[in-house]
Amino acid sequence: MSSRTIILEKIKQNQPTATSVLPNLDILGLEAFDVLEKYKTVLKGIGGDFLEVKDYDAVIDFVKKNYALDKRIITTLPELSEIADTDWFNDEPHTLENVELTLIKAHFGVAENSALWVTDALLGQRVTAFITQYLAIVVHKKDIVATMHQGYDRIGDQEYGFGTFIAGPSKTADIEQSLVLGAHGARGLIVFIMD
Amino acid sequence: MKNNLEHSEAAAIFNKDVKRVDWHDETLWFVREKRDKAAHQIPEWELLREMASEIKNNVLSNIHDYLLEFESNAQKNGIVVHWAADAEEHNKIVHSIMEKHGVKQMVKSKSMLTEECHLNEYLSEKGIDVIDSDLGERIVQLRKEPPSHIVLPAIHLKKEDVSETFHEHLGTEKGNNDPQYLTEAARLHLRDTFLTRKVALTGVNFAIAETGEIVVCTNEGNADMGAHLADVHIACMGFEKIIPQRKHLSVFLRLLARSATGQPITTFSSHFKKPRDGKEMHIVIVDNGRTTQLGREDFRNSLKCIRCGACMNTCPVYRRSGGHSYHNAVAGPIGSILAPNLDMNKNADLPFASTLCGSCTNVCPVKIDIHDQLYKWRQVLVKEGHAPLGKTIAMNGMATVLANPMVFDLAGKVGRFVMKNIPVLVNNSLNPWYKQREMPAPPNESFREWYKKNGTEFNNKNNE
Ligand code: SF4
Repeated sequence: MSSRTIILEKIKQNQPTATSVLPNLDILGLEAFDVLEKYKTVLKGIGGDFLEVKDYDAVIDFVKKNYALDKRIITTLPELSEIADTDWFNDEPHTLENVELTLIKAHFGVAENSALWVTDALLGQRVTAFITQYLAIVVHKKDIVATMHQGYDRIGDQEYGFGTFIAGPSKTADIEQSLVLGAHGARGLIVFIMD
Repeated sequence: MKNNLEHSEAAAIFNKDVKRVDWHDETLWFVREKRDKAAHQIPEWELLREMASEIKNNVLSNIHDYLLEFESNAQKNGIVVHWAADAEEHNKIVHSIMEKHGVKQMVKSKSMLTEECHLNEYLSEKGIDVIDSDLGERIVQLRKEPPSHIVLPAIHLKKEDVSETFHEHLGTEKGNNDPQYLTEAARLHLRDTFLTRKVALTGVNFAIAETGEIVVCTNEGNADMGAHLADVHIACMGFEKIIPQRKHLSVFLRLLARSATGQPITTFSSHFKKPRDGKEMHIVIVDNGRTTQLGREDFRNSLKCIRCGACMNTCPVYRRSGGHSYHNAVAGPIGSILAPNLDMNKNADLPFASTLCGSCTNVCPVKIDIHDQLYKWRQVLVKEGHAPLGKTIAMNGMATVLANPMVFDLAGKVGRFVMKNIPVLVNNSLNPWYKQREMPAPPNESFREWYKKNGTEFNNKNNE
């Protein structure tokens, strides 16, 4: 008999006979707070930064002022093609190792933990958000929800090969609990909160 | 087979460096306090715990069907699913995937299951070079030590230790103890690893039956760096990682990081549903004793564990004895429940490494009755003749004393005399009760003596 059959057989024999029903989650995540304010405070608290912007022109201005334009900048957003490459989607992922800044968009953000939901459709390449030195994500104000419950309502049965919640820059506290930003992934995250 | 020190013996060694023990204790308590702050910010925290517990109860009673559902959905997503009855088979499966691709190097992100299965040792014997990419794991790997904590693998080390290790292995500046500098050195060293490995292995935090996807949570992004650059992604999971539906993640992701480190969520909560175009993804579903635990009614709740580590951070015994004293991949309170299931003989000491204060149960995000289970294990182990030897001798002695009133009386008198007149006989390191605590001052007389003198008078008063 295969291990699969043996394991499944044993599980069937040993699992509790009385079945307990799944709880109703609809009563969760109803606490009231200022979603935008919360989002900003939590993001700062976990080492991220934000800028409220009216449109993509404001993003372009900010990038021009604050990042080295002679280094490699990539984006999945056609609106930002003035300052970033848009023709790298089919490149071998390893070739992204020299990317300084990546600009992408999020489906939505979650106020309680400042996480942003992105999927491979928005990432261009899965590794983009991780291999880059710095990461910038655009999210619309109206797309910030209160808690993870509203978040998963939004996701619903969305199709994706890969999706991830990103909350702040990559970090570690493995050396004597001192927080260091930029472990393996992006050293910094800025969120452009757009009208 | 008994090749390790008992918990109390190993703890005694750890306890020799008093300053370090205090530091270890305070560091973990600091993490525990961060957990409290994070939990208190969620008005419905207790409700969330209840929901998580209920979802997991439902999982336990339907786990057979959920696994089948998960398997078929994962296969539809293009993932190859394997089943491993024990550690040996798990290791073989992983190795066979490497062989198939003719690859001799692997990058791994943190997975306690592979620790449990001793995968690294197995693969290195087969000539495969494994690099752990989580910073804490990499540190202990370079030092040839196991992790001492499931969430904070190098929590037992000071920055001077890490600096020494990195100086020796990565050529960092001697005596430079700056965490920022050391982390940067590891980042550069591991970047090269990520860029060259063709096979990446990760653990699994949650596997969703409804969709056939898995979720991996990290702060460093190392699991993602590995998996998205490699040709083959192998994900290993104990079968209890299954949850019914995607929306249940909302409950668990709200609880996990807050319970673990006090963060509102881990930096990356990555949902792997399908392999990249033209690449491979494998999932290995492991039993290794879990079916047995599922059948033990008193202990099956331990399978609800989401490995947040909160029970360890709060445990007064763990904090003052260190993770390595538990001689098991998972240390602390939950490890002490899981370990005897794997090997009763080897791990009989662990359920006794607890004060049964209940703090672990109070912080557990999925409401496992941890301290009750530890108490129950003690009874099972004693009944089956697995009680630690020292305890057996002491208990037998105690039984004699308690069963004979004359002996009891005499023992009390001798005890009080000794404590008063020759305290060094009691207050010394041979007496396990003296460790980490002062002995109480002995009373002048026993209760029995007092009662003989005052009992009648007392009774009369009460009857007035
Ligand atoms: S037993 Fe509970 S507290 Fe301990 S690691 Fe598991 S989930 Fe966390």
